[in-house]
Amino acid sequence: MSIENLIDDFSFLDNWEDKYKYLIELGNQLPHFDDTQKIEQWKISGCQSQVWIIPHFSSSTLSFQGDSDAIIVRGIIAVVLEIFNDKSAQEILDIDVEEIFDKMGLREHITPNRRSGMLSMVDKIKFYARQSLEEKNEYSRVSS
Amino acid sequence: MFDAHIVRKDFPILNRLIDGKKNIYMDTAASAQKPLVLLNRLEKAYLEEYANVHRGSYWLSEVATENYEKARQIAAKFVNAESPDSIIFTRSATEGINLVAATYGLATLHEGDEVLLSRAEHHANLVTWQQTALKTGAKIVYFDLDDCGNFVWENFEKALSSQTKIVAVTAMSNVLGSIFPVERICKAAHNIGAKVLIDACQFAVHKKIDVQKFDCDFLAFSGHKVYGPTGIGVLYGKYDLLKEMPPYQYGGDMIEQVSYEKTTFALPPARFEAGTPAIVQAIGLSASLEYMMQFNFDDIEQYEAELIDYTTKRLLDISGLKLFGTAKEKGGVFSFAIEGIHPQDLAFILAKEGVAIRTGHFCAQPLVNALGYNSLARASLGIYTTKEDVDDFIVALQKAKNFFTNEM
Repeated sequence: MSIENLIDDFSFLDNWEDKYKYLIELGNQLPHFDDTQKIEQWKISGCQSQVWIIPHFSSSTLSFQGDSDAIIVRGIIAVVLEIFNDKSAQEILDIDVEEIFDKMGLREHITPNRRSGMLSMVDKIKFYARQSLEEKNEYSRVSS
Repeated sequence: MFDAHIVRKDFPILNRLIDGKKNIYMDTAASAQKPLVLLNRLEKAYLEEYANVHRGSYWLSEVATENYEKARQIAAKFVNAESPDSIIFTRSATEGINLVAATYGLATLHEGDEVLLSRAEHHANLVTWQQTALKTGAKIVYFDLDDCGNFVWENFEKALSSQTKIVAVTAMSNVLGSIFPVERICKAAHNIGAKVLIDACQFAVHKKIDVQKFDCDFLAFSGHKVYGPTGIGVLYGKYDLLKEMPPYQYGGDMIEQVSYEKTTFALPPARFEAGTPAIVQAIGLSASLEYMMQFNFDDIEQYEAELIDYTTKRLLDISGLKLFGTAKEKGGVFSFAIEGIHPQDLAFILAKEGVAIRTGHFCAQPLVNALGYNSLARASLGIYTTKEDVDDFIVALQKAKNFFTNEM
């Protein structure tokens, strides 16, 4: 499913019950982490629910796995992963996630309430993207 | 007779709709809404009576200073302090506790000394002492409450020792609602020569503070929880102690004489109010405190006791709901968990119904963890909370519960 499809789906749902049901449905498709994955290293700080994001770096793109102990948050993670997975580091940094959430009618989930943890999730993903860019630059400098 | 329906009308924000729904504000324990008298007072202070305090010999500065110092008198009256000189305006209760730890604490604690806390302290009254202990070599000792959140005298007494130098406890837990027997605590602590700091943040919202009756050495509360502005708090300290304490911060307004070589400091409270204070916030707070003092606290307590019983009963009617904190003596906070539903998920749905509750660890992480959770939900009452608010909250809670039960 592409992000455009997700935006279409969400904007088609006009009440919050259906939006949340759909979010939960998307979240249900995410595999649950086991205890070896739910570790401090992958934990996103945010005090209302626990969120873990694990990055995977390949030569040209980044992808992520995520989980949470709250089911609506799992849905949000599913959307976030759909937005960022299999993109290059530069693409990830260029994405305006607020605009996408706004179009989906999920704006309240990206307000800068540090306790909600949603923005921290996106910040962390962008942090990994920046890290991967820097490493590449470092590598090309060394090898040239 | 106290009537929350009439009181409600003094709080304009409660009449606004939240996304088309009635505003059911159940998060007063985090911060209280503001009465119109406060907003009018703030406006008047800025529009008609504003200048810096303690400095100018012109009319505006004189009237601002007069109002600011009158606010100190009103705060003194609110806690029944011996004198306004015992009242220090701080940024918050957190700053009040930090002030005591950084001045009295650092100056008097030594290796081997003990600071006694309950296991239900807010981070403000826990982390502060942990850090002070690290700097001084003092040890933090905790006493337990029982499973219902009751203060257990034997536990406290057992934890108190000849090494105890400071007892720092809440007067009402922000998680469990338990009320602590402050007067008795102070007496026992003083018997062994320890000083007592009371965190009265939650207590101040629900019950009458009387520092002379408590005989506490320090007491802190925040303005924004007692229907006042943010950015202002009150620290009460016994004057004899304050007089001996070193300054907390340095700057203007706290000095006696300054030369290029040395400085002598003003007497308290000025000694502890370096720089331009939160002038208008202090004045605003005085309007809120006067607003509260127009009510008879016994009436508020009686009304609240009935509402607490009612809310408890309605909550326990919900199957799978676990309530934390059912102490015999408790104030209007209700921490709970519903089996199989994460508090954050619950709060999302409640928010859509116009209901504001708090979720998380309520800045009392060790306590919430000890209860076996990372996160709980919490509803809390204010003087404007009506039985209808509780009913609406319960309906929304039931709806949220059904939403998730059908989804899983």
